[in-house]
Amino acid sequence: MPFSSLSEIKTRLDAGETSAVEVAKSYLDRIAAHNNTLNAFVHIDPEHVLAQAEASDKYRSKHEARPLEGLPIAVKDIFCTQDGPTQCCSNILKDFHAPYDAHVITKLKEAGAVLVGKTNMDEFAMGSSTETSAFGPCRNPWNTDTIPGGSSGGSASAVAAALTPAALGTDTGGSIRQPASLCGITGLKPTYGRVSRRGIIAFASSLDQAGPMTRTVKDSAMITAAISGHDSADATSVTDAPGISSLNEWLAACDKTDMKGLKIGRPKEYFVDGMDDAVRTTVEAALKQCEELGAEIVDISLPHTKYAVAVYYVIAPSEASANLSRYDGVRFGHRCDNPEDLLDMYTRSRDEGFGSEVKRRILTGAFALSSGYYDAYYLKAQQVRTLIQQDFIKAFEQVDIIATPTSPVTAFKLGEKTDDPLTMYLSDIFTIAVNLAGLPGLSQPCGFADNMPVGLQWIAPAWQEDTLLGAASAYESATDWTAKTPEAFGGGAT
Amino acid sequence: MSWETVIGLEVHCQINTKTKAFCGCSTEFGAEPNSQTCPVCLGMPGQLPVLNTVAVDKSILTGLAIDAKINLESKFDRKNYFYPDLPKGYQISQFAVPIVEGGYIDIPTKAGEKRIGVTRIHMEEDAGKSMHEGLEGVSHIDLNRSGVPLMEIVSEPDMRNADEAIAYLKQLHQLIRFLEVSGADMEKGQFRCDANVSVRRPGEPFGTRTELKNMNSFRFIKQAIDYEVLRQIEVIEDGGEVVQESRLWDSVKNESRSMRSKEEAHDYRYFPEPDLPPLRVSQKEVDAIKAGMPELPGQLRQRFEVEFGLSPYDADVLSQTRKLSVWYESLVAAHPADPKRCANWMANELLGRLKEAGKDITDSPVSASSLAGLLDRIADDTISGKIAKDVLDAMMESGADADRIIEEKGLKQVTDSGAIDAIIQAVMHANPAQVEGYRGGKDKLMGFFVGQVMKASKGQANPGMVNQRLKALLNE
Repeated sequence: MPFSSLSEIKTRLDAGETSAVEVAKSYLDRIAAHNNTLNAFVHIDPEHVLAQAEASDKYRSKHEARPLEGLPIAVKDIFCTQDGPTQCCSNILKDFHAPYDAHVITKLKEAGAVLVGKTNMDEFAMGSSTETSAFGPCRNPWNTDTIPGGSSGGSASAVAAALTPAALGTDTGGSIRQPASLCGITGLKPTYGRVSRRGIIAFASSLDQAGPMTRTVKDSAMITAAISGHDSADATSVTDAPGISSLNEWLAACDKTDMKGLKIGRPKEYFVDGMDDAVRTTVEAALKQCEELGAEIVDISLPHTKYAVAVYYVIAPSEASANLSRYDGVRFGHRCDNPEDLLDMYTRSRDEGFGSEVKRRILTGAFALSSGYYDAYYLKAQQVRTLIQQDFIKAFEQVDIIATPTSPVTAFKLGEKTDDPLTMYLSDIFTIAVNLAGLPGLSQPCGFADNMPVGLQWIAPAWQEDTLLGAASAYESATDWTAKTPEAFGGGAT
Repeated sequence: MSWETVIGLEVHCQINTKTKAFCGCSTEFGAEPNSQTCPVCLGMPGQLPVLNTVAVDKSILTGLAIDAKINLESKFDRKNYFYPDLPKGYQISQFAVPIVEGGYIDIPTKAGEKRIGVTRIHMEEDAGKSMHEGLEGVSHIDLNRSGVPLMEIVSEPDMRNADEAIAYLKQLHQLIRFLEVSGADMEKGQFRCDANVSVRRPGEPFGTRTELKNMNSFRFIKQAIDYEVLRQIEVIEDGGEVVQESRLWDSVKNESRSMRSKEEAHDYRYFPEPDLPPLRVSQKEVDAIKAGMPELPGQLRQRFEVEFGLSPYDADVLSQTRKLSVWYESLVAAHPADPKRCANWMANELLGRLKEAGKDITDSPVSASSLAGLLDRIADDTISGKIAKDVLDAMMESGADADRIIEEKGLKQVTDSGAIDAIIQAVMHANPAQVEGYRGGKDKLMGFFVGQVMKASKGQANPGMVNQRLKALLNE
């Protein structure tokens, strides 16, 4: 039962074989047993979880069940919720309680979900290992000496260890897909503009997008269907998004069992020297299998890929430097004790509140935007961003979908890269371009390298999440990687 | 050798929308501090701006009125700086591509009309208010104004003295009120001006400029510019150099002081606002706004002069605001025989009385049709102009119409020549010496007789007839 998918739990709930309360209790028990080891959750309120589950059971007894009725879903600490603290794993938001729910939280509640708690993350989503969290690092259930990836590492770890059947993450440069890959689960980053960003604490506004982290492809579709849709309070959320919209369409997209006629692009820039050989071999093998399922593998080139990391580390910190200005100690969040004057209040509050990686990015961004440097950095980065987008547009004239490794390496050891931010930044080398281009991307497990999970990344044209889900579900149906679960947490090859 | 002054002006004008620029909070002035705020204008985590399209339409209307180019695609940028009354730590503004570019305002000067270029109009949000006065060791912040929409109207450095600057500001102020895009109440901070001032020898390139801030009345602006010009000339003539800086006008001490120099100036680190897509408007929308544009003050003034034969002064007074011009035209419609009389009575008599009562034309107790009724009685000689002023006083007080007051108070003008003759004869009888004098050639005594007759008739005798009959009887 613990390693059940959302869909499986839903079937049992719908059949009356279990109740939302029973399901919630079973996961709360697992959290109580394992969270000390993993540090995947940073806030949990068991009573509140059970109250939601009871309310869901009651609702089910009187009405037709809603799409996510009684299903436990954890959310990253970046989503504002009226219940409990929202701290973005930063001391500057210590004990901050938002007086509102993020739009996606409202959507989950409306769909009947039971919100389990807040998961660990890199502070302000800045990191690739969930080590910059103010609440301490999170660990990977496949090997607790290793990191779960990041920034949505808490969500990935919690799903992989079955502390929750599903979770929400956010993805600015790979923060859903990379931890999903490193923890052996499925993670979907929707097309930019499909999901409202309102109430999600902003990191880089032009890149941030929320999405599901689940055991299966279909589970990701179920959640994305629930959280998608126009929000009049987010000017970047799209009205009448093209492509699939109803839950049935989302689910139908996951019915594929073969890849007949599918043209898969294999970009040479994503299979390069310097990446882990075992990862490369594993992903190559996955592509072979896709061929066996009827797909045609086409070698393509995305020539500006090599600039993606550099472009990202100008644009994202620039936007972040402004987005994080509101944490000034004036209205909410941390304020230093006994400030001497205004400047002292600003500098000490921010110095005490932000961790070093966040400070590094604020400084980088403020520098890139400053007078005399703007043209050379920010403007140039935006121009190259356009070239990266065009790379994809051209590629999709040849192929239906692109397949790559999600991460060049498997989960690394805690502390291994914390002193070397540039190496850490390369963790997202394969995921960043997708955000820069605003495209949908999905990572799913495709095998193991040295006993650690390897992820296969799918990239589709904008608004074609159905293509993404189709390929991923066909691959999933032909393999059993989804069923692999970490033994130390009660799982094992099933 | 003489000095030439160069002035460019930046006007921040509050756009009169019901709700703020990027959220649904009320823009009402004077509410309880922080009562008109929400998570968006408080800059709470995760909150996003949604553009108020009414502010966009009003900015476009203003641009059209100064014959400017409307950018069908404009952009919002973030202007970054820390201040406690700026909740997000940045102001959403338009930097690279404003909604309005180019345009001009013609101003009256002693040497005739002069055209002042308008560089751009861009939209932005206002900050809140910090309050330090009367507080020990703390400051208070009121964020009711945070997020209120503003237009920043930037002029070219086309003005050459403080009088031109004031003329420009007055034209702009009038235009903005006329378009009803802003209350432009300077006391409420709805129309604020910064002035860039420099001096140079004629024909030379621009000198180093200083920016004068915090001037909230035309009088202070003129004082501040005049002060600054003299200060700069003195600095240069003493062998010094003008420092590029912002200076704050102190209206109590009548002097300015340095706020911050160029070295201390903010680097605002502008970059495109990622939370708002580029602002696109269609030519069709712009055309629709243009079609709904009212006649502008200049056009009205001209039409009033040509069509109604008004003096430039009256035409100017009656085209000051849209409400005044509309009121005047409805007065003319009700009393079409004499538009000049309408203008004269409205501009001099009615507006004077309203001003005394502290009232606006919209709360005038005398309606346009009611004033027309009074003018009709002057036209048909029922009452004299002098009596009419008393009648108007009574109308202002009671709101009753002219006929009723004339009737009730018995103010009807005496036009019966027999009755007038009787009064004249009585006056002549009582003043034989003056009659003698007049008949002996002292024509000036005519005025004395008119005065006496009018007095004896309590002002009700028709002055024309009095004149005519007096001449006849005295010359008999």
